[in-house]
Amino acid sequence: MITALSPGLVAMDNAGYILGSYALTFVVIAGFAVRVLRGGRRLADRIDDDDKYWT
Amino acid sequence: MTPPTTSQTPVAEPDQARRVRSTGTAATRVLGIATIVTMGWLVAFGLGFSPADRDQEDAVRIMYVHVPTVWLAYLAFTVTAACSALYLFTKQHSLGFDRVAGASAEIGVVFMALTLATGMLWGKLTWGVYWQWDARLTTTALLFVSYIGYLAVRGLGGSHHQRARRSAIIGLLAVIEIPLVHWSVRLWRSLHQEATVLDVDGNVDMDGLMLFSLFVGVIAFTLLYLWLLLHRSRAMAMEDQLDDQGLDRAIDARRAEVAS
Repeated sequence: MITALSPGLVAMDNAGYILGSYALTFVVIAGFAVRVLRGGRRLADRIDDDDKYWT
Repeated sequence: MTPPTTSQTPVAEPDQARRVRSTGTAATRVLGIATIVTMGWLVAFGLGFSPADRDQEDAVRIMYVHVPTVWLAYLAFTVTAACSALYLFTKQHSLGFDRVAGASAEIGVVFMALTLATGMLWGKLTWGVYWQWDARLTTTALLFVSYIGYLAVRGLGGSHHQRARRSAIIGLLAVIEIPLVHWSVRLWRSLHQEATVLDVDGNVDMDGLMLFSLFVGVIAFTLLYLWLLLHRSRAMAMEDQLDDQGLDRAIDARRAEVAS
């Protein structure tokens, strides 16, 4: 059983699983967000501004 | 005679200067900053300030990401169904509805994958196993696979309206699984716990700080969902635009070939 200190300085049991679940969540979200933004930028370079309804 | 000096500051071409090179606007930037701030609060409350549970101990902290991801996946799939219905049953058959439906389904699949992954980690701590062919887990996996199928169908060939019609029908059928997933813990004997927030009697059986941490998680993931939805649906609009341009060029080339 891995134990670590949380920001509230409370000893946390099973920290590997708990911190792992947060890390996994944020890594996946960040990866997806970067993919969406990069894809948007790549496409925006090839399209006229007049065709971008949000401009 | 010395020629007049010119400014050394490079001046962008007018066309380049006005070109918008992203799917962002001032509103999405504000939304993005708000998402990052609330995600920071989620980490602080989820891992720090909220107490350990009497029964689950520290494993309860996984709930602050697990529950918001599944709720937002439900919301995303419901938005997909609503936009599918709007595409199918309105006179305009606007492809804007289809693109929001597709973008929402993509985000929902990501959230659902996170629900399954964090749920497995929680299951290992609570039940001693990562996976069990339990009613809730099995129906959730089925829902996940259904929307993978929905995205696969969107990738098939055909015109934009053919894609929209096919996927809208699947979007309306797949959403029926959500009540089945939600009520699976009551319909069948299940390892999975029943609802703690808003059970059948409308009670909220949680400590105040735990409930607040969960609330922060729901707000953070809702903001994230809206931010992703705006960016992804705009990117999809550009993908469709490029498809149309490519088709127009191909038709022009064919006409020129026939004429020569």
